Amino acid sequence: MLGFISLVIITFISGCSELAVLDPKGPVALQQKDLIMLSIGFMLFIVLVVFVLFTFMIVRYRERPENADYEPPQDEGSKVLEIIWTAIPVLIVIALAVPTVKTIYALQEPPKATSHKDPVVVHATSVDWKWIFTYPEENIETVNHLHIPEDRPILFKLTSADSMAALWIPQLGGQEYNMAGMETELYLQADEPGTYKGRNANFTGEGFANQKFIVKAQTRENYKKWVQETKESAPKLTQEKYNELMKMKLFTEKLTFSSTHLEWVDHAKQADYAVKVRKGLDPSKDKHNHNDSHESH
Amino acid sequence: MKWDEFFVTGDPFIYAADVSIVLTTIAIVFVLTYYKKWKWLWSEWLTTVDHKKIGIMYIIAAVLMLFRGGVDALLMRAQITAPGSEILKSQHYNEIFTTHGTIMIIFMAMPFLIGLINFVVPLQIGARDVAYPYLNAVSFWTFFFGAMLFNISFVIGGSPSAGWTSYVPLAGDELNPEPGQNYYLLGLQISGIGTLLTGINFLVTILKMRAPGMNLMRMPMFTWSTLITMLLIIFAFPVLTVALALMTFDRLFGSHFFTLADGGIPMLWANLFWIWGHPEVYIVILPAFGIFSEIISTFARKTLFGYKAMVWSMVSIAGLSFIVWVHHFFTMGANAVVNSFFSITTMAIAIPTGVKIFNWLFTLYKGRIKITSAMLWSLAFIPNFTIGGVTGVMLAMAAADYQYHNTYFLVAHFHYVLISGTVFACFAGLYFWYPKMFGHKLHERIGKWSFWLFMIGFNVCFFPMYFLGLNGMPRRIFTYEWADGWFDLNMVATTGAIGMAIGFVLLVYNIYWSFRYAERETMGDPWDGRTLEWSTPTPVPFYNFAKIPEVTGLDAYSRMKRDPVKDIKKDYKPIHMPSYSGKPIIMSIALFISGFGLVFEWWWMAIAGLIGVLAMLVLRSFDYDDGYYVSVEEIERIENSIE
Repeated sequence: MLGFISLVIITFISGCSELAVLDPKGPVALQQKDLIMLSIGFMLFIVLVVFVLFTFMIVRYRERPENADYEPPQDEGSKVLEIIWTAIPVLIVIALAVPTVKTIYALQEPPKATSHKDPVVVHATSVDWKWIFTYPEENIETVNHLHIPEDRPILFKLTSADSMAALWIPQLGGQEYNMAGMETELYLQADEPGTYKGRNANFTGEGFANQKFIVKAQTRENYKKWVQETKESAPKLTQEKYNELMKMKLFTEKLTFSSTHLEWVDHAKQADYAVKVRKGLDPSKDKHNHNDSHESH
Repeated sequence: MKWDEFFVTGDPFIYAADVSIVLTTIAIVFVLTYYKKWKWLWSEWLTTVDHKKIGIMYIIAAVLMLFRGGVDALLMRAQITAPGSEILKSQHYNEIFTTHGTIMIIFMAMPFLIGLINFVVPLQIGARDVAYPYLNAVSFWTFFFGAMLFNISFVIGGSPSAGWTSYVPLAGDELNPEPGQNYYLLGLQISGIGTLLTGINFLVTILKMRAPGMNLMRMPMFTWSTLITMLLIIFAFPVLTVALALMTFDRLFGSHFFTLADGGIPMLWANLFWIWGHPEVYIVILPAFGIFSEIISTFARKTLFGYKAMVWSMVSIAGLSFIVWVHHFFTMGANAVVNSFFSITTMAIAIPTGVKIFNWLFTLYKGRIKITSAMLWSLAFIPNFTIGGVTGVMLAMAAADYQYHNTYFLVAHFHYVLISGTVFACFAGLYFWYPKMFGHKLHERIGKWSFWLFMIGFNVCFFPMYFLGLNGMPRRIFTYEWADGWFDLNMVATTGAIGMAIGFVLLVYNIYWSFRYAERETMGDPWDGRTLEWSTPTPVPFYNFAKIPEVTGLDAYSRMKRDPVKDIKKDYKPIHMPSYSGKPIIMSIALFISGFGLVFEWWWMAIAGLIGVLAMLVLRSFDYDDGYYVSVEEIERIENSIE
């Protein structure tokens, strides 16, 4: 058993740098990695203590021919020992709770180093089984691919047109759910240009495994250039085309548009838009439409 | 409806299953008819209210479900081993992981433990049966037919495919109009009734039917764990009942509790599900703690170390289990205060659990440890469960959980705790109490082979999954690409799964081999046991104890063996026993029919079934059979034949 564990530790240490979560490319993922490494340290200590005690007990007190007559003492416990092994886990839990809570709070804000910069706002909408990314400030929209500038916080506003999904880009930071009729926020950031894998991490049915996208983190200039090109050359997104997208299943191609769907629907406010479109109903004639401002489009 | 919508078609695995179901049914009918066993089956087993027989039937059903869930697991591993493989289609894979999860938790782990509880607990507390024997039969049969209803889905109508958690809107009528999800709702609902009744039954049994002298702090640890588990069931299961009913209304009657349209709140389902679901995790782990306590103490030949601390740990784990459910969705966008609160309460569970681990370790201290198969499973629990436990603490740290959530890291964690906790406990308990149940031990050497294959296979299967998770592999995907770099570790995991499968097959072979060849037990106490169940003869007479024992302290039977009371005069008194009844099984069949009707929205069938249920309830309420007395002569005859 000890051999097994030491093998595990060796594999672990040597393999760490290649695992996506432990190979962060931005400050959010880095904070999470630090927390994970801290907890691994504590946990290995606990595992070690238990394994050593365990091995000692079963080797030392095993039944052998020479102790066949030995009558074990029938002691019922020891207050001192029990207080010790209640106190130790209490201390460990406190030692882990403090940095955990700090990080939970920190992750609600844009990363400290870049907090003076305005974040890029990107709406990420999950539609079975596609990703739609909307840049409201630039008035552009992409499907199944994402461009972001390096070294600037990205504020994702997450929602879904139907089933619950979770936007996850492991090397940039942890995930958050996309839910229809709701909007959740997630700050992520890339420190260097590169392409990273992003995907939906929450099961959404048949096309779930392929609901992924490539994240292109670019230098400021390249990103600006991409935005400008998109604005100029990409087609406009019409509501007709958008409704078609709502209906298309297992669609994994990349698309780019020079306008956004926010003009006629915000899924965070109109939860049943996609469902209505698929049923052939007109979603704008919805008596339960909570989306007051866009009703007439 | 057309036939090909009713029967699932187009998949060779399903056709093979169809054939094997038909063949098995024919074989069973043939054997029962050929050996003229129908009457025996009906009057000895199907109508029984004896807790021992009900316990054995629970265990048989659970082992069958373990096989079914295990085949599901192997199919999943086969599909996921290599990138881009096409053994299963996406939809089929989704159905398989949904049924795997549901079956293993609801129809395998819980019934296996409830089976052991049924058999052992009344004996441990010196009772002649449970408080409500008739209700106990109702519990078993509703569980059984609930499980059957859920199980036939894969050949008739199609399995549920929205995951065992069935998150809406995915599981709702809009995105999932097939009947599969109805099977989930009704199968769980019907068997849930049985579980809730079990909770009430055993709570009353333990509180009211203990032998004289057995106060709460003298109860065996397994009985204690059962008592706390039953409290959890009573508080948690009504939530599931209501949640399932609401979703059933949404799907069948067009209500809007969880829908996207008309103001439904999908997240309400996630909350209700986990308010039940998290205590459920402890419903399947606390009895396991009880089983390990009994076995470790017996084979270390020592009293359990820190009895009171063990009890209080379980009580606090049970209490905490109700205030941690949000850790199943830290990524729901709740604010920092909420996530911090649930993060800390979740981590706090590690404290009482840690106390228990050290108490078990110190039960071994200065003992004389005999390594039997039952003890091997119990010892293996300690290091393996520790790995599962510490990774649980890592998951509890919300900020880090954003990276683990929905990944194989999570898959690895809960399999580590559920298998090394619950499954090891089921096997340990089976080896331990087997001679009491069937009058012979299981073969030790086959048992040890089975143990090592399963235990090593388990580690090889699930340990790599921690790394897969950290490398970005989400759970529930049916395929991936070579570029993802997950092939090597998946390959290793599948090898481990095969090891576990062989271990399981050896266990089943052991049951067969021991049934044929193992030496029959003549004494009632093959392991030098410490608690009252070992004071009964083997096989246990149907009334358990001719004379109810007097309890003077912890480990009641060890005390009796150390200071035997000379009990020469055997002045037996007549024993009151309950009559057998066919109503529980008939009522459950009617519930099954009703449930099947609801799955396909065939209202005539649903209503007919419900009328059947109602008829059985009415008949029972006019049933004036109060049981019967076993005469003193009969008791003497039975007791003398044992000696």
